[in-house]
Amino acid sequence: MIKVEFLGPIGEESLELKAHTLSDVATQLQEIETIAPWLSKCAVAVNDQMTTDLSMRLKSGDRVSILPPVCGG
Amino acid sequence: MELYQGALDIPSIFNRWLKEENSSNYGAYIPFIGTIREENGIEALSFDIYEPVLKEWFDSWVAKAEKLGAKVKMAHAIGDVPVHTSSYISAVFSPKRRVALELIDEFVEDFKANAPIWKYDVINGKRVYAEDRSTPMSGSGLLA
Repeated sequence: MIKVEFLGPIGEESLELKAHTLSDVATQLQEIETIAPWLSKCAVAVNDQMTTDLSMRLKSGDRVSILPPVCGG
Repeated sequence: MELYQGALDIPSIFNRWLKEENSSNYGAYIPFIGTIREENGIEALSFDIYEPVLKEWFDSWVAKAEKLGAKVKMAHAIGDVPVHTSSYISAVFSPKRRVALELIDEFVEDFKANAPIWKYDVINGKRVYAEDRSTPMSGSGLLA
């Protein structure tokens, strides 16, 4: 199982999913009504490293963070 | 990188940074300070930060500055920051002005676009995500 956490204003509880790649995570998140609308504007980190590789392999215990649009300062 | 609960004590932070660098032989210091403006009926702005990714982002800028012989420093507030107080300070220290001027511009712009910090307006005690002023980070949309 991998853990998915939703940061900042998304306001959803963390999920545990079965997934071998980030693509598997995408498929499952796209089916969740409250999360799907965020996905087009969110970036992704795996174990706190930003990534843009949808084929990235995941292993049990990995943590995927979903980062919505930012505005520091 | 320094994070504080609530508004920043800007004079104290910047004075300390000046003291830290007063024998480093830098010729140009440029601070950028972000202060909360009173507008649209807000009482405060409020901030969430994801520190592990913010630290990665900041460390990459420390390395970039180092290659130019310069140094970057930054402090940011977490939680509520009332109007007319400050939520952010960053500064560049460099041997010469041109590097400092260019670096503070690039650093602050990339900070606005890619530092994992979320801003909320505080109105009547409630936090409202400042979605219209927020920017998707680089690589957004990967899972869409």
